[in-house]
Amino acid sequence: MAFDSFSEFLAMGGHAPYVWSAWGVTALLLLATVWHARAEQRQLLKGLKRRARRANSARGNVQ
Amino acid sequence: MWAFIHKLGSPKWFYAISAKLQPWFWAAAVLLLVTGSLWGLAFAPADYQQGNSFRIIYVHVPAAFLAQSIFIAMAVSGLVFMVWKIKVADMAAAVMAPLGAAMTFVALFSGAVWGVPTWGTWWMWDARLTSMLILLFLYLGVIALRGAFTSRDSASRAASVLAMVGVINIPIIKYSVDWWYTLHQPASFTLTSRPTMPTEMWLPLVIMVLGFYSFFIALTLMRTRSEILRREANKRWVQDLVKGQVVNAQAEEAR
Amino acid sequence: MHSSLHDASQSSLHGSDTTQQVSAVLLREHKGGLMTAVKATLERDLTLLLRRRGEVLNPLVFFALVITLFPIAISPDPELLAVIAPGLLWVAALLAALLSLDSLFRSDYDDGSLEQLLLAPQPLVALSLAKVAVHWLLTGLPLALMAPMLGIMLALPAGSYAILALSLALGTASLSLIGAIGAALTVGLARGGVLLSLLVLPLYIPVLIFGAGAVQAAIFGDGVSAHLAILGALLAASLMLAPWAIAASLRISING
Repeated sequence: MAFDSFSEFLAMGGHAPYVWSAWGVTALLLLATVWHARAEQRQLLKGLKRRARRANSARGNVQ
Repeated sequence: MWAFIHKLGSPKWFYAISAKLQPWFWAAAVLLLVTGSLWGLAFAPADYQQGNSFRIIYVHVPAAFLAQSIFIAMAVSGLVFMVWKIKVADMAAAVMAPLGAAMTFVALFSGAVWGVPTWGTWWMWDARLTSMLILLFLYLGVIALRGAFTSRDSASRAASVLAMVGVINIPIIKYSVDWWYTLHQPASFTLTSRPTMPTEMWLPLVIMVLGFYSFFIALTLMRTRSEILRREANKRWVQDLVKGQVVNAQAEEAR
Repeated sequence: MHSSLHDASQSSLHGSDTTQQVSAVLLREHKGGLMTAVKATLERDLTLLLRRRGEVLNPLVFFALVITLFPIAISPDPELLAVIAPGLLWVAALLAALLSLDSLFRSDYDDGSLEQLLLAPQPLVALSLAKVAVHWLLTGLPLALMAPMLGIMLALPAGSYAILALSLALGTASLSLIGAIGAALTVGLARGGVLLSLLVLPLYIPVLIFGAGAVQAAIFGDGVSAHLAILGALLAASLMLAPWAIAASLRISING
């Protein structure tokens, strides 16, 4: 372990703002892309299901 | 083997096959990224010159590698789309571009932040950062061009042509910027050209790079599947797939 | 050439006069080879552009105007201007060339003659190369010839004027080729202008580096041949590769 205590780990030998801002933005962007991908998939499936339900009900009335 | 690749070309098969592959890549990505981060942040020794700000390398270098590889992957899938008319290849290319731009931004931001303790300024016209900035403009160009066409087929073919033109220019830009930098700047300290790193510093870097690549593959598989749903929405197999899910949902509600 | 065609139609068709005239017209097609098509495109575009002389002068006036902005914005002091002169001249010439790109295919696209060009039996690659050559002749070359005069206004140190013109002439040729790819991609779009510069400027950077580098090297007195050699190499590469991309892009934009 390169650091003696957790607080020292957070301090990063005085470079804390640089290390944590770089890592923070990276983590944020990675999570953001994953969240966007999942939201996009949910939206698409919801839209398709709504259309399928509408198609079923329309066919239901016709018969 | 060829049958498998041929099947990959059909959206229906790709949708099914990628569903099986995806969890593996997500698992690998999470595993590699977590171990690499812990190792790089907490266990790797600090750099004797830079101290702990050196740990930014474990984000900067993988993002820079990924940014360039994604552009190459985008150009290759553009070529596959133009030559063999495989629609899935174009869907993958369309989906990769935003992630590539995000990775380039991450590389730029982490490089700039890293420059503050090293050079004392936010932005330094360092050869690597300048090439990364130009790569970002190339990405934005491809994304903007793809968005500018009304008909999707022309948008795909135009973006593929520009991606291929861009990928040919990336090495030319890289070498001319390196040449320009050495001309105007005495060989001062650059971000990553350092005496070879000891293994305990170098190993977490490899793990982080592998983690970033499996993240890229997993995310591309996932987003390509969404793109398939978006483009093949009126195809029969998509409607059957969705109807299947709707029927199950209604069955559960009834129970 | 006409006489031989005429005899050929007479000897083969002994029908009445009207059929002869009709057949003469039919048979008068040019013996269309590649070079004749390329020459025809060159002549057509040259005459077309020279008719709209105003449009040809626009990039040159823009070039002079941009150059006059800098002493006003920065400072008229010759020492300071001399330091930044090579870069300013090159960037201004590059932007002037970029501005004139939009009209490269635009007028042909609007009146439909671009589609005729695509339907021509001769390879589109050669015809698009001819169109780009005309664009270079009427914008790149004049910019290069005009640059030394503007160099005087920016107190460009002596000894670099010839290199400035030479590097610009060489550089604007590859700029036209690379820029024509962007122009072909965006010709079908209504507001393609800004997008064109976003696509093309990153690809201009190597040419700018070596072009401005050549002029600076001339000023410092060290070797210029390396820069000019690389500019030549860039031109050779774009001459070989760009026309294919231009042809592909034109086909995409036409049915876009």
